[in-house]
Order: sequence, then structure tokens, then C-alpha cells
Amino acid sequence: MQFSLFKIISRKKARLIASTGKFALKFLIMAILELSHLKKYFKEQRAVDDISLTIGKGSIFGLLGPNGAGKTTLIRMITGIFYPDEGQITFDGKKFDPINDVIHIGYMPEERGLYKKMKIGEQAMYLAQLKGMKKDEAFKKIKFWFEKFEMQSWWNKKVEDLSKGMSQKLQFVTTVLHEPKLIILDEPFSGLDPVNSNLIKDEIYKLAQNGSTVIFSTHRMEQVEEICNHIILVNKGKKILDGTVKQVKQDYKEHLFKVNFQNQLTPEHLAIHLFEVKKQKGNEVVLKLHEGFNNNDVLQYFINKGLMVESFNEILPSLNEIFIKLVEDTPLTRQFSPVTA
Amino acid sequence: MRNKTFLLSTFLFPIVIVLFIAGATFLAIKSKNKSKIAVINDPGYLQKNLESDSSFVIFEFPKDVTSANYEEKGYAGILKVNDTASKKYVIESKKSLGIERMDFIERQMTKAVEYNMLQEKSIDRTLLDSINKASKEAVQVTNELETGKEVNNKLPYIIGFGCGIIIYITMFIFGAMVMRGVMEEKMNRIAEVIVSSVKPFQLMMGKIIGIAAVGLTQLLLWIVFIMVLVNLLPLIISPDTLQQVQDVQQSQQALPGGPNNTLALKVVSATDSFVNDVNWWLIIPCFLFYFLGGYLFYAALFASVGSVINEDPQEAQSLMLPIMMPIIFAFIILSTSIENPDSQMAFWGSMIPFTSPIVMMGRIAKGVPEVVPWWQLFLSMALLIGGFIFTTWFAGKIYRTGILLYGKKASWKEMIKWIRRS
Repeated sequence: MQFSLFKIISRKKARLIASTGKFALKFLIMAILELSHLKKYFKEQRAVDDISLTIGKGSIFGLLGPNGAGKTTLIRMITGIFYPDEGQITFDGKKFDPINDVIHIGYMPEERGLYKKMKIGEQAMYLAQLKGMKKDEAFKKIKFWFEKFEMQSWWNKKVEDLSKGMSQKLQFVTTVLHEPKLIILDEPFSGLDPVNSNLIKDEIYKLAQNGSTVIFSTHRMEQVEEICNHIILVNKGKKILDGTVKQVKQDYKEHLFKVNFQNQLTPEHLAIHLFEVKKQKGNEVVLKLHEGFNNNDVLQYFINKGLMVESFNEILPSLNEIFIKLVEDTPLTRQFSPVTA
Repeated sequence: MRNKTFLLSTFLFPIVIVLFIAGATFLAIKSKNKSKIAVINDPGYLQKNLESDSSFVIFEFPKDVTSANYEEKGYAGILKVNDTASKKYVIESKKSLGIERMDFIERQMTKAVEYNMLQEKSIDRTLLDSINKASKEAVQVTNELETGKEVNNKLPYIIGFGCGIIIYITMFIFGAMVMRGVMEEKMNRIAEVIVSSVKPFQLMMGKIIGIAAVGLTQLLLWIVFIMVLVNLLPLIISPDTLQQVQDVQQSQQALPGGPNNTLALKVVSATDSFVNDVNWWLIIPCFLFYFLGGYLFYAALFASVGSVINEDPQEAQSLMLPIMMPIIFAFIILSTSIENPDSQMAFWGSMIPFTSPIVMMGRIAKGVPEVVPWWQLFLSMALLIGGFIFTTWFAGKIYRTGILLYGKKASWKEMIKWIRRS
């Protein structure tokens, strides 16, 4: 008896060790970027305070946080503009080299722009060559992208003659032109109409499918929910949330269900220890399950009562709600509300 | 657009300069229109001894002219002898006669009075003149230095001052160009895009070196262009005017100690001895060195100012003041050290890199190694090189932080903090 118990424990332990090992191994091979205990302190504030994270190859990674949370500082360390005070950056399996690795990174900052008086074609050529591309190679790539975005006729135009949306498209092209392994986009959709937003969004998907990794920094949660598969939330320089979008939503769900009935409801129907009623409107009820009960318990109860359930949906929190909740709950936080730019 | 402005400024600047010189020459000549002066109450010796200049001032001795009617009779002024004992003369005129004209009249009057005195003492005037002439020819004093070179006092002055002014002006022009370039990159918001590809220091140096190349090209083109235009000047100005220039020249050569400072003469005499009397093999390399050194010294500082400015260009003014002050100060030292190249002020001014590019040019033109020993020249150059390495390092630190900082105005005090921190 004692023997078998030991056996069970050890088997569980072994499985645990094996699974974590596999997990670590998977990321060791697949991670494009690993930050460990990254710190950057400015005189007035701790802009980035001990952030560790791992970004898998080919993922679309959402970097979220209120204004002044330290996102830009974090990105600037990843792009080699700032040196971290402490901590390590591992890029593509090796220690990050800010001089040579930057040609594998494409960065579109939030404060972005182009030389206004320069011709668009020349500008794209110049930026491509800064990223180490050969002239003819750059020319071919620019032609390819310009055709894709229907910008061929722009070559000799000046940036100052472009509309804001047009120059955003150009900016995106110059960011991804050199096929970087890591693409960092800070608020990439600001100033774009829905048609062009979709155009860029599709390109982001395609780039990720082709093996590029995209870090996507924004305040706009609906875009994050739509595009990203992994997110982290930063506030006051600290990481306060890290996980897949699905996982995060599961973690922060409040066990709320929306139920529609065909029958007329009476107060007795709803007086039960399984749940409390949050909202009722005719035959539609929003329930909050009490701890220890699950969906089936509730359904079982309704069936036993002879009620006809028309629909039964779990209400998952939106990332927006999670964002506001977490940011407001962080102690000593200046109260930021998410900006919808 | 950029190319257009470059071409315009390259070719317009020398044209403007040459036109300015031509215009000034023309005005100098034009102001020499002749005027008649009526002399009344002549005590006797004036009519005999007063010499007129037919193209400038003509003295006449009419009987019927008074203070009331001299204008109607066509005279610009009337010279009255009020008190023969004290030799006090008054010229009445409706309009001011001008400094040069008054100068001429006074000189002629002095001569006339002098001749009169000689006659009173029964000294023969022609005899005295010939003695004067003979003695002048017999004695020749030249300031010969150890190297055997003759000292030409005017030319080094012009060369030194000219080089100093050119460095002074270009320092402002190209310094401001660097500042505007950096501001443009920051305000266009392209700075962060670029610094994700290259180091901020490389971006700054790229700007500085790029504009240095533009500046040098422009400077060389200006020099060539001005040279050509100066040589073409006689062809551009009408033969009439040219004749007048020669007249002026001759009339002034005829008068020993005459006013040798008209602009027309400066141009003519400068082009004459310009090529031969100047040690161009020293001046040109030194000029290029001090131009580049001074530019590099200040350009980095201008770049750092450009990097901390936000939307409002007004902010630039207060930040630029500490940079502009030493340049202006250097110009002031230049004007005194050109008179006294051995003074303490000139020495220190030409050693300290803040002022040396401008001040040293003024001293070098006076002669190396007679006025400026070789060791001083080399020390000054070494200090300037060290100086611009330091300012570039210093500015690089400010630039790195400033270029990415939006919406916050920085003071010099804050910038010093950035340097300490990094």
C-alpha cells in the first residue's frame, strides 16, 4: 500500500517534470525573443521594473498597458535604442547585439514620420539600405510592396503630398520591407480608415504565417482580441498579466451566464442556492454561478423545474474590461483610462 | 527642392557679394561729382595758391557772389575769410559738403597758407618742392624682417579680417543648417525610425559631416566664383565708370598722403597685390583647417540644441544664446587682435577653441613665424582638434536623449544632467 502510493506520487512528479521540460524545450527552440529581469530606471520613475517574457516565433504578441506604463521604453530596449540597466535580452537564441541584430528588426514607432521633402521611392530605398539591403534587392522589394498596396504611381511623389492614411501605408511598407524576423508595431492602425486597417491587418497575419514574429503595442483592445494570440499587460513598469488571449479570458471570467427561456418565469424559479440573478429582463436572465457549481448543475436544475431553455451562453469578459479592472486595481496607480485613438 | 536651394544659395551669394562691391564702388565714384566753391574776401594769397581739382572741387573767386546768392550762381558753398589773423575760415552751404570734400578743401587751404608763409619768409616754393621730392627719393625706409620679407601692412589686415569674417559667417550659416536639419528629423518624427537602424551618434555625425561636405563645396565654389567675377568686374561696369575710377585713382596718386581708402581703390589695389604678396600656401590650408575645425566644434553643439527643441522654434533662441555668444566674442577679439596680434587677448583668443578659428586666422595673415610662432599655430590646432572631439562627445550625449524626447522643453541644466547620468 505504501509502496503503491509512492509509485503514484513519483509517476505524477515524473510526468510533471517531463511536461515542464518539454514546455521549456519548446520555447528554447521556438523563442525569437526572451527578456529576463529587464530593468530600466529613469531619474523620476522605474520605467521598466523587472520584466521577463518569452515571445515564440511566428506569434502575434500584444503588448498592452496604459499611457506611461513603460511600453515604449521596453520596445526601445528591444530595438537597441536604449541599453537596459539590468537584465538580459536573448534574440533568436543568442545574446542580443544592438549593432548587428537591428537589421532583423522592423520597428514602426508611435511617434513616426518620414522626410517630408524626399520622394517616396527614394525614401523607401534609403530606409531599406539602412537596414542593410542591397540596392537592386531593395528596389525589387519596394516594387513588390508598392504593387501590392497599389502605390506604384507614388514613386516620385513627396511625402508632404500624401494623406495621413497614405503615409501610414508607406510607413508600414518601409518597416517590413527587409523581411525582419521581428516586427514591432506601435499603434499601427492610428490614422487608417477601416479599408486600409484591414489591408494592414491581413498583411500582419501573412507575415506571421511566413515565420515573422509581430509585437503589437496598442491601447485598442478590440484589435488585440482580434489579432493577438498572446498578450502581456504592463503597468507602472511591471508585468501584471501574461498569457494567451483565451487563457486570460478564462482566468478573469466571472461565471456569468445569459439564459433565455421560452416559459414565463416566476420568482420561485430563480430562488436557488446555485446562483444569483444579476439582471432580469422578461425571459432573459443574467446569472452569476456560486462557487462549486458548474454549467451542467444549472442546466440540470432548469430541466428539473420544467423550464424550456432557449439559449444558454457564458459571458466572458472583454480584454477591455480586464484591462480596466487590472489597471485600476494596481496599487498607487495614476488612473488611466484606455485611450481609443 | 534641396538641390534647388543649394544651387540658388551657391550662385546667388557670390553674385550678391560682387554686386554689393560693385554697387559700393559705383556709389563711391558717383559721390565724387564736382562742385564749385566760391571764395570771397580773399586776403590775397588764396587765389594764387589754392589748387582746384577739376573733377572734384573747383575754387573760384567771383566778385559779385554773396551768402545770399551763391546758390543761384551755381556754387555748392561759399568760403569766407572772417579773421585773417587767426586763420579762421567758414564755409557756408545749403547741404552738407561731406567728409571727403571737406577733407580736400582743408588740405588745399593748409597748403595755400603754407605756401603763403613760405613766401613771407622768402623761401622759393618750387625749390622747396624739389628738395622735398629729392629727399623722398633719396631715403627709403622699409620694414624688413629677419626672413627678408617686406611687410605689407594693409594686405594682411584685409586677408586676416576677410578670412575671419568668412569663418564667422559660415559658422552661423552651417551651424544653423545643422540645427534645422536635426530639428526637422525630430519634428518629422523620423528620428526614432532611423535610430532603430543606426546609432543616434551615427545619425548626428551623418548630419554634421554631410553639411560639412556641402559647406566645403559651397565655399570652394564661392571662392572660384568670386575670383572670376572680380576679374570680370571691369567688363561689367560701363567703360564710363571705369574711366572715372582711373581718374580718381590718378588724382589721388597725384596727392601724396591722399585718402587712399576709397572702396574703388581697395578693389583695384587688392586684386593687384592679392596674388603675389600673400603666402597662399600657408593661408589656404590654415583657412580650410580652421573653417572645418571651427565648424565641427560648433556644429555638434548646434545639433544638440536642435535635438532638444520641440514644436516651437522660439525655444531655439534661448538655447542658442550660449553658443552664439563665444562666436560673437571671437569676432570682437578678431578686430582688436588684427591691430595687435601680439597682445595677451589675441594670444589666448587664438588658443581657446571657442574663439581660435576666427582669431587665429587674423593673426596668421600677419605672418608665420614672424608674428605667430609655429608652436603657437600647432598648439592652437591641437587644442581645436581636442575641442571638437570633446564637444562632439558632449553633444552626442545630449542628442541621444533629446532626439527621442517629445513634448518636454529641456534647459541646459537638464541637459548637463543627461550627460552625467549616461
